[in-house]
Amino acid sequence: MSDAAAAILLTGILLYVVFAGADFGAGLWGLTAGGLTRGRQPRAFMEAAIGPVWEANHVWLIFSLVVAWTSFPSAFAAAMTTLYAPLGLAALGIVLRGTGFAFRRVVIRSEQQRVASAAFEVSSIITPFFLGTVVGALASGRVPAQGGGDALRSWTGATSLLAGGLAVSASATLAAVFLVKDARLRGVVGLQSYFARRARASAAVVLVLSLVGLAVLSHDAHRLTTRLLGRGLPLLLLALVAGLGALLLLRAGRPWVAPLLAVVAVASLVLAWGIAQYPYVLGTHLSIAEAAAPRPTLVSVAVIFGAALLVCVPSLTLLYVLHQRGRLVEP
Amino acid sequence: MGLTGLLAADPTQLLPAREQMAFTLGFHIIVVPFGTALPFLMMVANYRGLRYADRDALLLAERWSKVAAVLFAVGAVSGTVLSFEMGLLWPGLMGRFGAAYGIPFALEGIFFFLEAIFISIYIYGWKRLRPWPHFWSGLPVVLAGVGGTASVVAANGWMNLPGGVTVRGGRVVDVRPLEVFFNRAFWYEFLHMFLAAYIVAGFVVAAVYAVGLLRGRRDRYHRVGFLIPFTIAAVVTPVQVLVGDLVAREVFHREPVKFAAMEALQHTRDHVPETLGGVVVDGKVRYGVEVPDLASLLAGFSPATRVQGLDAVPPADQPSQHLVNVVHLSFDIMVALSLLLLALVGWFGLSWWRRRDLPPSRWFLRGAASSGVLAVGALETGWIVTEVGRQPWTVVGLLRTVDAVTTHGNVWLFFTGVLIIYMAVGAGTVLVLREMHRRWQAQDDVVVPYGPPERGSPAREAVPP
Ligand code: HDD
Ligand code: HEM
Ligand code: HEM
Repeated sequence: MSDAAAAILLTGILLYVVFAGADFGAGLWGLTAGGLTRGRQPRAFMEAAIGPVWEANHVWLIFSLVVAWTSFPSAFAAAMTTLYAPLGLAALGIVLRGTGFAFRRVVIRSEQQRVASAAFEVSSIITPFFLGTVVGALASGRVPAQGGGDALRSWTGATSLLAGGLAVSASATLAAVFLVKDARLRGVVGLQSYFARRARASAAVVLVLSLVGLAVLSHDAHRLTTRLLGRGLPLLLLALVAGLGALLLLRAGRPWVAPLLAVVAVASLVLAWGIAQYPYVLGTHLSIAEAAAPRPTLVSVAVIFGAALLVCVPSLTLLYVLHQRGRLVEP
Repeated sequence: MGLTGLLAADPTQLLPAREQMAFTLGFHIIVVPFGTALPFLMMVANYRGLRYADRDALLLAERWSKVAAVLFAVGAVSGTVLSFEMGLLWPGLMGRFGAAYGIPFALEGIFFFLEAIFISIYIYGWKRLRPWPHFWSGLPVVLAGVGGTASVVAANGWMNLPGGVTVRGGRVVDVRPLEVFFNRAFWYEFLHMFLAAYIVAGFVVAAVYAVGLLRGRRDRYHRVGFLIPFTIAAVVTPVQVLVGDLVAREVFHREPVKFAAMEALQHTRDHVPETLGGVVVDGKVRYGVEVPDLASLLAGFSPATRVQGLDAVPPADQPSQHLVNVVHLSFDIMVALSLLLLALVGWFGLSWWRRRDLPPSRWFLRGAASSGVLAVGALETGWIVTEVGRQPWTVVGLLRTVDAVTTHGNVWLFFTGVLIIYMAVGAGTVLVLREMHRRWQAQDDVVVPYGPPERGSPAREAVPP
């Protein structure tokens, strides 16, 4: 049962990384879009793309947090008492980001738009970066089982910085690939090449980070590296192939192929982490079974997850379909 | 002091952690009614608009949904901060009791999804969905609001009257999920909070239009904008006062210490007077007005009802005098504000019954214009009664607040960051809403949502304001 809870947690994280990642990336590209006048078109385009869906996508984070503290309470407390700095910064980033986005949509004066945009765009980088460092800290075993680990060094190791960088660049790639698809579907020619360039650039960063990363990783987190290159290898290769495929098919073939491949690539990276870490929650010192809550709690979490799938998958599908068909537009 | 030192400084974290929790919860709870109850107001206006081809009502529904969009985002992010804080500030609570306390929150996830999904469909669906399907897309939001409130309040009720767990050696070894969720405080806390959300949303929205009416904008648009929310709040308020009375009696039976703090009662006795106002100084109530026997009467329907005083609690578990004062005064304020609202509603009811119209007096409108603030005041003070009245426990009988709080990191630093950002967000929200308001006022002949409201006709493009 504890493995099931761990699988649910990983699923929640995976869905958050994929869905919210694309939203974060859109914010990041806002930063590169230039001033208010020059950046108006791409910004408006990105806004229309994520406006109706970002809140629903964000709920995966809440869901993952809640599943974590319910299913693995002691490990959750240990992570919180160690990684409070990046987690606190990520939380503040989330506030700035959500409100910045919501405000930007409704204000019209340019200086207000500038402030709201800046809040949204800058925190679109801050938040995934710090959440990434948290993952890195967990993966490299820097959170002691009883908590209270080093406040700074626990999340500033090479693995953490790498994971933070990957989170940002993978989000950027996902977003750009999705936006190319949107631009193709809507027939906005100029933006197709605009976002395609960005997709390639950020994908190159992901690739370089991953390769350099593996070298760094073997020093910083030896066990993780062996696991990644052992049982995680098929997934890493899948990520590589899918990622390259997404780039190649960016503007060829059907519009949906590249985004799906990009999603597969990012999802495989997350799964590879999960598999490399199994069967431990924290480093090699706290196993999933040891950290798990009593059985009835785990059963409840599984039942709730099942119910959530039953209720939310059709609803989310409805939302995405309406959105894709252009039925959801700024009132 | 290096960076590590700065990040991990203060061993006494309790004060900043409590202040931060109180501040962020107090902030979140103000936007909550606009996620749970405002969608219902929108649906009522939307229904009127479609059913009776009422353009004013349709326009109101559309504008309220734009307000909801902004407030919903603020609610979502401030709620996310709360989730982080549960672990960052109270690892002792989550580490020890997450297995039980977390279950209602896990269930809440489902409702958050539904809420976020369908509110988006509703808000963004004005232009291109067909009118009636669009209207119905609001319903899941209203229902999810009920479920969401129930889940969070179940978690809170569990802290007040924990059940469904077996604790051995400080560890939870068994959990009975249904008993955790439907704990002994669940029903009354849930009902009371649920009604509170409708009261707050109703009065706050009505207050906006009351100001408009006071400033002489006496058109139909403003009248409808006032009447829909005010009527709903007016129906709910008397019910809430009855429910509040019931809640107080349940608290008397089940949480006697909290009740003693609410009444600022030092010694167990009968013929307990109701003390209005006043503070406890050196174990005596000063400056209060006493109504003889009333507290006993309200608690047990007889002046002879014995009420447990704070002296029945072992000294180590007694709340400090300062906290007792906070609880007592908050309770008095909640009841006083409720009675003011009740009077306002009574005035309205009387006038409507006699003349089918609002009371003609400007004083009524002035009252209505301040009703929003009063309702929020009742909401906040009610929560303070619940939360501070539980001290020194976080989970009554099982976990003290001192053992729940984090011992790591410098909470003051985190708190400062939170304060600055929340001030900016709060100010931004007010600013943005006022801008929207001003823009709406400036445009007189707006095109109504859905175009001409013929029933069943496909939605037409509306001119975005
Ligand atoms: C608009 C809001 C509102 C109004 C008009 C009232 N209340 Fe209230 N009250 C709340 C909003 C609220 C609340 C904020 O929603 C609380 C906090 C926790 C809860 O369940 O409801 C609350 C808590 C609360 C508690 C503590 C419950 C506990 O700790 O378990 C008591 C005893 C009362 N109320 C009693 C009353 C009485 C006697 C009222 C009327 C005369 C009244 N309330 C009106
Ligand atoms: C009585 C108390 C509370 C009620 C009734 C309540 C209700 C709500 C509602 C209705 C929403 C969504 C709509 C909106 O934001 O307006 C919301 C958002 C949220 N709340 Fe609360 N809440 C309460 C307290 C809490 C507490 C104590 C926590 C966490 C520990 C919390 C966590 C959240 C989270 C994470 C969200 C964001 C969900 C999203 O992304 O949509 N809430 N809350
Ligand atoms: C269902 C929702 C809520 C939950 C689950 C919840 C949970 C908590 C927790 C875990 C603490 C810290 C431990 C403690 O001091 O006991 C706390 C404290 C506090 N909360 Fe709540 N809370 C909720 C709603 C609210 C709301 C809406 C308010 C609004 C005013 C509020 C006001 C406070 C205050 C003032 C404290 C500090 C009490 C003190 O330490 O003196 N709470 N709450």
